[in-house]
Amino acid sequence: MLTYIVKRFVGMAVVMFIVLTVVFVIVRLAPGDPAALMLGPEATPEDAMALRERLGLNRPIFVQYVGFLGQIASGDLGSSLFFNRPVLDVLAGRAEPTVFLSLFSLIIAIVIALPIGLVSAYTRGSLFDQASVSTAMLAASVPSFWTGLLFQQYLATKTGWFPVAGYGGPDADFFDRMRHLILPSVVLGIVNSALILRFSRAAMLDVLSDDFVRTARAKGMSEWRVVLRHALKNALIPIVTVVGLTFALLISGAVVTERVFNLPGIGSLVVGAVLRRDYPVIQGTLIVVAGLYVLINFLVDMLYLAIDPRVKY
Amino acid sequence: MADTTSMPMEASLAKVLVQRRAVMLGLVILVVFGAAAILAPVITPFEPAAMSVRNRLTAPNATWWLGTDEFGRDIFTRLIYAGRVSLLVGGGVAIISSLIGIALGLAGGFFRRLDGPVSRVIDAMMAFPDILLAISLVAALGGSLINVVLALSIVYAPRIARVVRASTLVIRELAYVEAARALGVATWRILVHHLLRNMVSPIIVQATFIFAYAMLAEAGLSFLGVGIDPETPTWGTMINTGRQYIDTAGWMILFPGISITLCVLALQLVGDGLRDALDPRISKEL
Repeated sequence: MLTYIVKRFVGMAVVMFIVLTVVFVIVRLAPGDPAALMLGPEATPEDAMALRERLGLNRPIFVQYVGFLGQIASGDLGSSLFFNRPVLDVLAGRAEPTVFLSLFSLIIAIVIALPIGLVSAYTRGSLFDQASVSTAMLAASVPSFWTGLLFQQYLATKTGWFPVAGYGGPDADFFDRMRHLILPSVVLGIVNSALILRFSRAAMLDVLSDDFVRTARAKGMSEWRVVLRHALKNALIPIVTVVGLTFALLISGAVVTERVFNLPGIGSLVVGAVLRRDYPVIQGTLIVVAGLYVLINFLVDMLYLAIDPRVKY
Repeated sequence: MADTTSMPMEASLAKVLVQRRAVMLGLVILVVFGAAAILAPVITPFEPAAMSVRNRLTAPNATWWLGTDEFGRDIFTRLIYAGRVSLLVGGGVAIISSLIGIALGLAGGFFRRLDGPVSRVIDAMMAFPDILLAISLVAALGGSLINVVLALSIVYAPRIARVVRASTLVIRELAYVEAARALGVATWRILVHHLLRNMVSPIIVQATFIFAYAMLAEAGLSFLGVGIDPETPTWGTMINTGRQYIDTAGWMILFPGISITLCVLALQLVGDGLRDALDPRISKEL
C-alpha cells in the first residue's frame, strides 16, 4: 500500500514536471518578442526592455526554464501584468464561483444521470432506455453556451425565476451569490450528465449479468435489494472513475458558462487574460487546474479502496 | 444479422451501418451539411459579408429564409459559409491529431524504452481541460484558422495516442509480428503494415468523435472571441453577436445553435454506429 502511494507520488511528480514544461513551451510559442506582445502595440522599446528584464526573458532559454521550475517549486506562480498582484492571489480571489459552479453542476449531473442510467440498464431495450440514451447523446451534442443563453432568456429574463447574470454585486451575501449560480449549474449539470449517464448505464449492464446477481435473485432476495445493494455497489468503480474524469469537462464547461452568465470566476479570468495577453495568469491557471486534475485522479484511485474491498494496492 | 466472419470487412461494415437507422440519419445530416458547404456559392445568391442596412434584423421570410443580422446580412448564407469553417476545422483536427497520435502511440507501444515517457506525456496533456489548453495555445499562436486547427490537434492528439498505444501493446505480442521480426522485416514496415493496418478501425472511431469535439470546441473558442478572426463567419461568432439581439431577433442565435447540435449529433451517431459495427461482440447482436 505504502509502496503504491510512493510510486503514485513519483508518477504524479513526473506528470507535473511535464505539465510545467508544456506550459513553459506554450508561453514561449508566440512568434516575436513576448514582452512586446504582452505590452501591446503602444509600448515603447524601453517598456519592453524593462518587462524582459523583470520576467527574465533576456536570459538564455535553459536558464529561464530552470528558473521557472525553481520558482514554481517554491510556490510562486509569478505576478499578473494586468492586476499587478501575485497570480495565486488573483486565482484565489476568483475561485469561489468556479468551485461552487463545478460542485453544484457535478451534483446535478449525478442526480440526473445515476438514477436514469440505473433504470435504463435495468430496462435495457425498453422505450425508456432508448429515450434516455438518445437524450444523453443530444445533451452531449448541444454547445453549453447555447443552452446557457436559451435558459437565461426563458428562465431568467422573461420569467424572472432566476437572476439573469452576474454574482450579486460586491455587497451580496453568500446565499445571494449561490442563488446566482443555480441556473449556470443546471446548464452545466445537464451537459455533463450525458457522460455519467452512459457510463453508469454501461457499468450496471455489465454487473447485472454477473453470477452473483443471479445468485442473489435465486436466493429470493427482493429486486430492489438486488439492484441497489448488490449491483449498484459493484458498478460504483467505473462510475466513480468517470465522475473524477468529469472534472476536466466541468472546468472546460465552466470557462464558457461563466462567460454566458457573466460570473467573475477563473474561466472569465482566463478569457480576459488571453485578450489582455496576461501570460503569467494564463500560465498560472493552466498549472493549478492541471495539478488539481492530477490530484483528483489520485484521490479517485484512493477512493476505490473504500468502495471495493477487492482492490488492494 | 451481420456475419462478420464470412464476408470482407468493408462489405460487412457497410451492411451493418446501413442496417442502423441512427447511423444512416447521421450520415444523411453530414452529407447535407457537407454538400451545402461545398456548394455554398451555388445555393445562395448572397455574399456572406454583403450588408443590406434597410433589411437589418428582418425575421425569416421568403427572401431571407432564416432572417438577417444586425447589419442586414443573410443568416442562411452566413450559416452555410460558417459550416465550411466548422467542417474544415473538425476534419482538419481529426486528421492532424490522428497523425500526431499515431506517431506517439506507435512509438510508446512498440519501443519499450519509450513507453514510460510517452505515457507520461499523454497523461500530462490529458490533465489540461481541452478548452483551457486550446485557448492558451491560440493565445500564443494567434487566432487564425490554421492556428485553431493546430491548437485543437495538439489538444486531441493524446486521445488517439492512447488508443493506438493500447492496440500496439496487444498486436505487438501476436505471432505474425514476431514472425515478421524473425524474418528481418524492417521496423518501419512492421509498424505500418503489421501494426497500423490492424488498428485502423479504432482510430477511425476515435477520429470521428474528435471531429465532433473539435467542432464544439471551435464554436466555444469563437463564442469566447478567442478563436478564428471575428470577420470570418463561424457558428460560435454568430451566436456571440446574436446574444445582444436575443430579445428582438432570436433567430440570430437559434439557427447557428441548431446547426452545431445537428452536426455534432450526426458525428456521434456515426461514431457510435462505427464502434458497434467494428466491435464483433456487438455487431453480431444485430
